Formats: sequence, structure tokens, C-alpha cells
Amino acid sequence: MPDFVSLPDAVAATVRDGHTVALEGFTHLIPFAAGHEIIRQGRRDLTLIRMTPDLIYDQMIGAGCARRVVFSWGGNPGVGSLHRFRDAVENGWPHPIEIEEHSHAAMANAWAAGAAGLPFASFRGYLGTDLPSVNPRIATVTCPFTGEELAAVPAHRPDVSIIHAQRADRAGNVLIEGIVGVQKEAVLAAEVAVVTVEEIVDDLAAPSMNSTVLPGWAIDTIVAAPGGSWPSYTHGYSHRDNAYYKAWDEISRDRARFQQWLAESVMAAT
Amino acid sequence: MSDYTPTEVMTVSAARALSNDDVCFVGIGAPSAACNLARLTHAPDITLIYESGTIGTRPDVLPLSIGDGELAETSLTTVAVPEIFRYWLQGGRITVGFLGAAQMDRYGNINTTVIGPYGAPAVRLPGGGGAPEIASSCGRVFITMRHSPRALVERVDFVTSLGFGVTGTERAALGIATRGPALAITDLCVMEPDPETNELVVTSLHPGATRAGVAEATGWDVRFAAALGETAPPTEPELATLRDLHRRTNAAHAVSP
Repeated sequence: MPDFVSLPDAVAATVRDGHTVALEGFTHLIPFAAGHEIIRQGRRDLTLIRMTPDLIYDQMIGAGCARRVVFSWGGNPGVGSLHRFRDAVENGWPHPIEIEEHSHAAMANAWAAGAAGLPFASFRGYLGTDLPSVNPRIATVTCPFTGEELAAVPAHRPDVSIIHAQRADRAGNVLIEGIVGVQKEAVLAAEVAVVTVEEIVDDLAAPSMNSTVLPGWAIDTIVAAPGGSWPSYTHGYSHRDNAYYKAWDEISRDRARFQQWLAESVMAAT
Repeated sequence: MSDYTPTEVMTVSAARALSNDDVCFVGIGAPSAACNLARLTHAPDITLIYESGTIGTRPDVLPLSIGDGELAETSLTTVAVPEIFRYWLQGGRITVGFLGAAQMDRYGNINTTVIGPYGAPAVRLPGGGGAPEIASSCGRVFITMRHSPRALVERVDFVTSLGFGVTGTERAALGIATRGPALAITDLCVMEPDPETNELVVTSLHPGATRAGVAEATGWDVRFAAALGETAPPTEPELATLRDLHRRTNAAHAVSP
């Protein structure tokens, strides 16, 4: 059974400087509260894995947490750039970061391989693109049965994965509904898995035996963090705050404005 | 309703290219508007799939992101992201992939990664996302983008997603069985690949667009089909449906929930 602890205690106990960390959630269920706690605790030199860095890694990169980012689409969806991510890549502010860039198909396969305990993923991808020429962790493998050459990428095996979900019961079983993304794979691929939830309930009330449920024994730590996915969302509990995603463009564009936001909205908050 | 913008003509023309029988993998932005316009007008049974795992989605407003809750709520089923890329896209079940682009060359190769050198980019763009495998695994690829010499370029700075390859022959040489770029729809014209060379040539001019205007707005020495058509102007129902869709979308995205 997982530990039930506070968010500060969960981050302090699991995330170390230099760790490879994934805070996943495909637009939906992004664990923003956990990301802000990592910023407050001043973690540094993290390798951050996410398919879409989204605002959460833009904030963590701008706050100086990241040494390396492994990703496949680094924009503000429907709005434009992630300005803190761009400033780090283009200008090395607040310090230079390394990037390991993939496609979504590669990242999704790398998560599935990690969950399956495999060392790498193979798939039909990257055909004719320039990405293999700039990312040495994209290779090829030949099918031993047909001779077809396939793309190969290393499995994701983070030290810590953190996801947000709808709810957990008191045994730590977790229900995930809506766009499930790679939440299950991120948890199962990680050495240590932390799940933040909207609420902890007596009865999980999963609507079907086919519902996406992660058994408590596959999770290390559960944290009650109501609203912890904002400005992303938790299906059935909140809606995506698209107006905030648009507003982030202005907040993040300028370094001083971002630092003011960081001081007021993250560092001063608890 | 005779007044319309070039962007509206682009969206309407792109929507018309889709049919009821299509299973369409939808990119965000301009493709999303076109695909949903098709669904709301002449192709009510089209299957729209977004990379967030929503299959057969019927959103009432356009999503800002590919993972808005609206897409899941109105879907036939919502599957995990590894499943959407492995079983449905790689499995060969998508007839049309609809992509946008920051840069495109005459062979439909797309750049959404960087402007300038990769190691020291002048502009770091968002990257590939689902596009590299959408471009190779869907039956056909439609591309929609605004026409400008900085966007339709002689040579893309980075091949994020393969069209026909930098000389028009690489796609076939790689043994890729899918057709590749079948249609590029801009705010000035429609382009289709030459059956011999795979070069995108202008096959239809939108109302008000001219050969000279298209040539000036294209970064390569653009060619025009011998039987150059003229795009039929948007109809009143098409425009009304599109504007209504944008009105609902803007209202929904303007306020925090």
C-alpha cells in the first residue's frame, strides 16, 4: 500500500537533485501543484521527461530546475511558443539546457517499453526526417523475421514519475478517466511513482471493470492535491483554463515579468 | 454574404477535400477548423481522431489544445496515447493526416522544428509532435498553411516530417507505401503533386488570387497546372457554419471556467 503524505513531504522524500523525473499528463491531468513544489524546494539539474513540456516545464525551466529536457512537442498548445523553454534553448537563460528531441510516436513507445520492462522500443517511425541526425538516441533495428528496418529509442525509466488523477481510495487504488494519455505507462515505468489526486474516497466508484485503475500496490506515494492540475484540468472535476494558457504567453514572454510571477504565484504560495 | 477573408477561403477549401468516408488524424489550428467544418457541413459521418487518443470526436467548439475535455466527452471512445500511435496510426487505419507547417518546400517536406541551424536556432519552433509519423503512416497527407515566401521556401531548414523528400524521390526510395502529400491548401491557392516529379504545382487559384501574386508569395519558382482551375467561392452555409464555430470557440476560450 502506498504512503499517504503531504505534497511537500512527497517531493522532499522522492525528488533529488540530478534525478530523471517525469511529470506527465497529455494536456489533461498535468501535475502543476507538484511541479510548483519542486520549484519551491529548489531542486536542480533535473532531467525532465514529458511528451509536451507545456506550461509546467516552461515554469520549471525558467525557475532553473532543469539540466536536460526530453520531449516531443514544446509549444503552448493553440497559443504559440513556450517562451521560457525558448529562452533557455536560444539564449541559455537562466542557464543552458540540453534537449533530447523525439516525435510523439517515439515518446509514447518509449513509455510503453518502460512500463513493459524492456530496454528499448521499436516502431515504424522517423522515416526520412532529420531528427535522427540531431538525436543520437534515435537508432534503427532490423526485424529478425522480415528484415524491415525499424526505428529504436531507449525506454523511459525515470527515477520518479508524478501524475495527477481523479481520485484514490484508502488502499491507494487510483482511478484515471478521460484523456488517459501516458499516465499508466509513466507510473509503471518509474522507479518511484507519486500520484496526486483531487480527493481520497472510501469507494473508488470506478464505472466499469474496464476502467483505467492503477492498483495501490503499483504506486509508492499518494497525495491529496485538490485543484492540483490547474490550469490543466481533471475530467469530471474541472475544465482546462484556456484563458490562463493564453495569458501565460504574456506572463512568460519577459524575464522580469516571469520572475515576478514566480515570486508571487509559486514561491510565496504554499 | 459575399465578403470573406483569404483564411476563410483556405479553411473552406480544406474542408471540401474531406469526405464522409475519411478517417482523419487532425492537427491542431487550421487543420482542426477545416476538419470540423467538413463534419458540420457535407461530411457529417467523417471520423475525426486527435493524437490525445479521442476517436470519432464531435466537438461543439474547436479545442485550443489537442487534449481539451470537449474532445473526450464527445468521442466514440478515448484510448491511451501509446494505443493511438501504435494501433490506429502505425496500424494503417487512418486515411488522411491533416497537418499545418511553419515551412514547406516544393516536395511537401515540412519543418516545424527550427529556423536556422538546429544547434543554434534563430527560432526554436515547437517541434514534430505527432507529425513525423502522421506524414508517413496516413494514407494521404493534406497540408494547410498561410502562403508567404518565408513559409513556402526553396529548402526547409529541417525536415521534421517527410513529404516526397528533398529531391522528390526519397519517399519512394525508402519504400514508404503511403501516398504522401496529396493536397496543399493555402490562403491563395490549392497545390497538388505533379504525377511525374512529385513537385507541388498550383492547380486552383482562390477567388481574387492571381498567378503573379502566388509566384511572388512562393519561395521557389512555382509552376502552374496547364488546366488551372478557380476555387469556387465559399457558399453562404459554409461561411455561416465556419463563423458560428469560431464565435462559439472564441466565447468558450475567453473566460476562465
